[in-house]
Parts: sequence; C-alpha cells; structure tokens
Amino acid sequence: MAEESCTLFESGHRACGGCAAALAARTILDAAGKDIIVVSATGCMEVFTTPYPETVWKVPWIHSLFENNSAVASGIIASLKKQGRKEKVIAIGGDGGTFDIGMLCISGAFERGHDFLYICYDNEAYMNTGIQRSGATPYDASTTTSPAGKCSMGNRRPKKDLPMILAAHGAPYVATASVAYLPDLKKKVEKGLQTEGPCYLQVHAPCCTGWGFEGEKTMNIGKLAIETGLWVNYEMEDGKVTKVKKVVRKPVDAYLKEQKRFRHLFKPSRNEPEIAKIQAMADRNAERFGIDIKLKK
Amino acid sequence: MEGSHAVAHAVKYCRPQVIAAYPITPQTHIVEALADMVANCHLDAEYITVESEFSALSACLGASAAGSRVYSATTSQGLALMFEVCFNCAGMRMPVVMSIVNRALGAPLSIWNDQQDSISLRDSGWLQLYAEDNQEATDLHYLAYKVAEDRNILLPAFVCFDGFILSHTYEPVDTLTQEQVDRYLPAYRPLHRLDSEDPMSFGMFASPDYYMEFRYQIDKAQKDAAQVISRAGKEFGEMFGRDYSEMVEGYRLEDADCALVAMGSICGTAKDAIDEMRRDGKKVGLLKLRTFRPFPEKEVRSALSGVSRVAVLDKNISLGAKGAVALEVKDALYGTQVPVLDYIIALGGRDVRKKDIRGVVEMAEKGKGDLFYGLRQEVL
Repeated sequence: MAEESCTLFESGHRACGGCAAALAARTILDAAGKDIIVVSATGCMEVFTTPYPETVWKVPWIHSLFENNSAVASGIIASLKKQGRKEKVIAIGGDGGTFDIGMLCISGAFERGHDFLYICYDNEAYMNTGIQRSGATPYDASTTTSPAGKCSMGNRRPKKDLPMILAAHGAPYVATASVAYLPDLKKKVEKGLQTEGPCYLQVHAPCCTGWGFEGEKTMNIGKLAIETGLWVNYEMEDGKVTKVKKVVRKPVDAYLKEQKRFRHLFKPSRNEPEIAKIQAMADRNAERFGIDIKLKK
Repeated sequence: MEGSHAVAHAVKYCRPQVIAAYPITPQTHIVEALADMVANCHLDAEYITVESEFSALSACLGASAAGSRVYSATTSQGLALMFEVCFNCAGMRMPVVMSIVNRALGAPLSIWNDQQDSISLRDSGWLQLYAEDNQEATDLHYLAYKVAEDRNILLPAFVCFDGFILSHTYEPVDTLTQEQVDRYLPAYRPLHRLDSEDPMSFGMFASPDYYMEFRYQIDKAQKDAAQVISRAGKEFGEMFGRDYSEMVEGYRLEDADCALVAMGSICGTAKDAIDEMRRDGKKVGLLKLRTFRPFPEKEVRSALSGVSRVAVLDKNISLGAKGAVALEVKDALYGTQVPVLDYIIALGGRDVRKKDIRGVVEMAEKGKGDLFYGLRQEVL
C-alpha cells in the first residue's frame, strides 16, 4: 500500500526536509488514485515538484499561473465533459494563491458549480517568495512583511475564514484537515472527490522554514495547533458543520513557544496581553465548533 | 448580416468544443450569439460564463490542454486583463483562437475603435491577423484555427477586426456551410493532452539552463507560421475562391510613388481615396497588412522598396516612440533609401474619411510626418 502510494508522487523532489506540503501532496494522490488531473497554482509545491525536465507527478499535471488554477480547472472540466471522460480534477494552491490572489477565480468556479476539489495547503504565508504575510497568516505571526519590531507585534489581523466564505457559495462539502492526521486527510480527499460539485479542503501545513522550527517537528507542530484549538479540523456538508475533531485542550503557549514566528511574544519578556488575545481566539474556536472534551473527574 | 453575427457563425462552423467568454463592448454580440446557438442546440459546445476575461482565457487554456478546440473573444480592457494568460498560452503552445474586436485602451475610457489593444500584445507569441471587412473577418477565423493547430506551429491566434466599424456593421457575408468548413478544417487532434492514461506535466518552470530554448522555439514557430499561413490561405482560395496566400495585399502599388501602409478597416477607406487621387493623377497605392505576427518583413520590403515614400497609418501609438506598424516597416526597409513617415490616426474612434487619407498623402509629399494626424489644436 505504502509503495503504491509513492508511485504517483515520486521521490526526489526539492522540498525542504520536513515539508508538510510535500507530505500533503503525497497523501492527496494516494487518496485520489491515478484517474485524476491536478492543476497547481504557482508556489512552493509547483516549484519543488517540477523543475524542467523533471517532474514528480505521475498523474496528468498542469500549472499555468499563480492565481488561475480554478479557472484552468473550469476549462479542463468542461473539456472532459465534452469528451465524455471520467477523470476527476483537483486544483491545488498555497494560501497565497488561494486566500489572496486566486480568490476571484475560486469564487467564480465555485459559483458556477464545477465538479472539482480545491485543496489549499495552508502554510500561513507566502513561503515561496520568502515568508511574506498572506490573508491566511495568523494574528501576531512575524513574517518578512509583518515583522515583529519595537512598535509591532507582527501580523495585525486574524486569518481570513475562507472555508465559511466558500461554504457560503453553496459548496456541498467544505473541510479542514492537517498533515498531522494523515488518515483523516486522506478520507477527506476521498469524500471531496466523491461529492458532486465544487468542494474545498484546507490543509494545515506547518512550514519549518517559514515558521521557525526543526524539520522533524512538523507533525508535532501540526498536532499542537489542533490541541490548542488554534486550528480546528472539521467538515461542513451543505453549509452545516457535521464533524469536528475534539481535543483535550492545551494552553496556546504550547503551540506558540515552539515557533520562531511567535518568539516576540515570549522574549525579552512574556507578553501577557497578546498571548491572552490569542488564547481568546482559541477559546472562541472551541466554543464555535464544540471541540472541548470534558474530562470526568 | 452584422459583423459580429457573421463571425459567430464562422466560429460555430469551426466546431469549438469549449467556449469561455466575458461580456465587453463591442465584442459582446459575438458571445451572445454563440450562447444563443448553444441554448438552442445549434452548437454542441460547453459554454463557460466566467467571472472575468482573465478567467475566460485561463479556462480556454485548461480546456485546450485537456484536448479541446476552444474559443474566446474580447477587446481592449478585457485583453489587457488577459495579458498574463496570453503569454502563458503561447508559452505553453495552446492553439487557442480568440477574436479581438479592436478597441482603444483607457485612460481615458473609450469604447471606440483603434488597434492599441492587440498591438500591445505583439510580443506575447500570438499570431495576429487583421481583417479589412466582415468577409475577411469571418474567413480569417477558419484560417486561424488551421494555422494555430498545425503541429509545426501550435500557437494561439488573434483574429482582429475593428470594433463597431466592422463588428456592428451590416454587410453581405458568405459564411460558407458546415460541410465546406468541415472539409477545410478537420476535427482538432491534439499532439499532447492532459490524460490519465498517458500522464504528462504541463507548465513546468525552466531554469536559466532551459528558458531561452523555449523562447527560441516559440519565435521559430512564429516565423514558420508564415509559410503555413500562406499554404492555408492558398488552400482556402482554391476551395472557396477567396485567396489569402499572401500575408500582405498590394492595391495599385505597381507604379506608386507614395505607398500607404495600414491594417484593418481603414484599408477600405484608403482604397477609395486612392482611386480618387489616381483620377487626379497622384500615383498612390496601399500595402495592407493582413498579418502582423508573424511580421511579413520580406513581403513588406519587396512591396515597398521601389516607392518614393511610405506613409504608415498607425491606429496605435507606442507612447514615447512611434506607431508600432511604422517601427516594423522601418525595420523591414532598413538599408533602402525609402523614407517612412508615420501618422498616428483614428485613435479612440476618431473618424477617418477619404479627405483625411488625402491629407496624409499631401503631408507625406512634403516630407511632413511622424505626427498625430488631425489633432484638434483648440483643445490642447
């Protein structure tokens, strides 16, 4: 099984050691199988997988531009329909290509109801260009365009709620996942492909280079995001939350202090008010999605 | 028949499998007509009503990569919005055919005709054909698909015709029949396509070790297209009686002292003006460019090297330099003693009449040129 999965996403790509996006891609293809066409946006994944004349993709794959993978996918779907072909289509983009520059094309494709699965590997900044903030960058994260400094605590805005925005387009299936829970990710890819219509899957993909942690800790960081309530794994069907990953929550410190992008919250001294704000965000997530497991005494 | 509708009929007979388009004046009548054909089962195509021109061409690119013959149409701001995808289509060798209903680019906003929009994409790798009248506008669509899809070319193509002046004008047009077009333009057989039975990667990035060779190959395909256009144009002539084997067309050039050079509908006005001037004893002729990309350098040189002066009517301006056609014509005539004078004319729909053509010729005779023709000094 494992060997078979590797054959569709070949080894030898140029991702950083510990890259969650590469792991996500391998898992996505494992779930999708060979009868799939992948449309990539410009970004880390596109670059580390396809330096001409080499490719890791053992499925038909196309990259056109940064912001148009959903529109390209729309055309492919129309063409396949006209030809009576049965391949499914997955569009993949990072958070920059998805939350920001590709938003118009995604909105258009979802509104038109094309049958495809859009997967965002969300590493919470423009990593390919050197860690600039995006609409997916979390509150207080230090990036190269939202650096923490004497008069800044890093990124000033919370993450855009893209799953809700796309659910509001009438998407029949919207879900979040994490590379820290690969079997769950795989199931959600399968479900997204089985569900007719435009589906959206947002995969939390910790970036060791951009977030500042050692590559072997990718899975731990991903788990901590979920265990602190700062990332919630859930599914929405026809606009309603139907499944949520529940946890025994840890304080947000456990997640924040492991990453250089939040280091300014702890050094030179612990910034209590800012950490309290982030804790409040986690608490709101917990309440909104009901993620807390109540332990019996 | 209205120009736009004649073109829509031609497009229908080309049997595009996927159409993606976005409304913009003065292109809209074409895509409305095509939507109506699809809605009434007169055209068996997937029609994608995209949310922008940028997505229209992106969808065409995807559908073309998946193996379909595709079509879109746009103009002006819409084409400007497609800029990035235009370069991509050519670079990825997708034989998309797109009608450009030529219109000025803002600011200031103008819905009226000039050729700034398509000219501004001259470096994108698309073939560019320009029609003088609605008959040519329809015929060039058949030709464009034939050339674009040629396996030695595989480049996208603009079929350009002037907004309103042609698109909204009623003229008799022979749109051919489906059977005739089928004989001329066989079904599209892609060389490569996205296919799970034969997986390939499209649109990979190229390091400095490879990039230039890709660009060279696109340029080579452009230059090779000259011969393919000629062959396809000849075949069209043999089948239907209208010969397009020449990328340029001379009108009363044989003994001309002054040669006008122009593209598009202004050629019709110029021909009438030339007839009048000839009656007055002025030896004036016209070289019409039907193809701007590839640029017919040899043909231009051969047609113009014997004249005393050349006056180029440019419905565009490379701001800070000259009109794009004049620059190319000068390049083609480099080394000859023929003076090339440039006249920026008819921008943003400013009407051109026979007297204006005569005015240009009179200026050229005095050696006065390289200017905007017909400026209203009182508003400057």
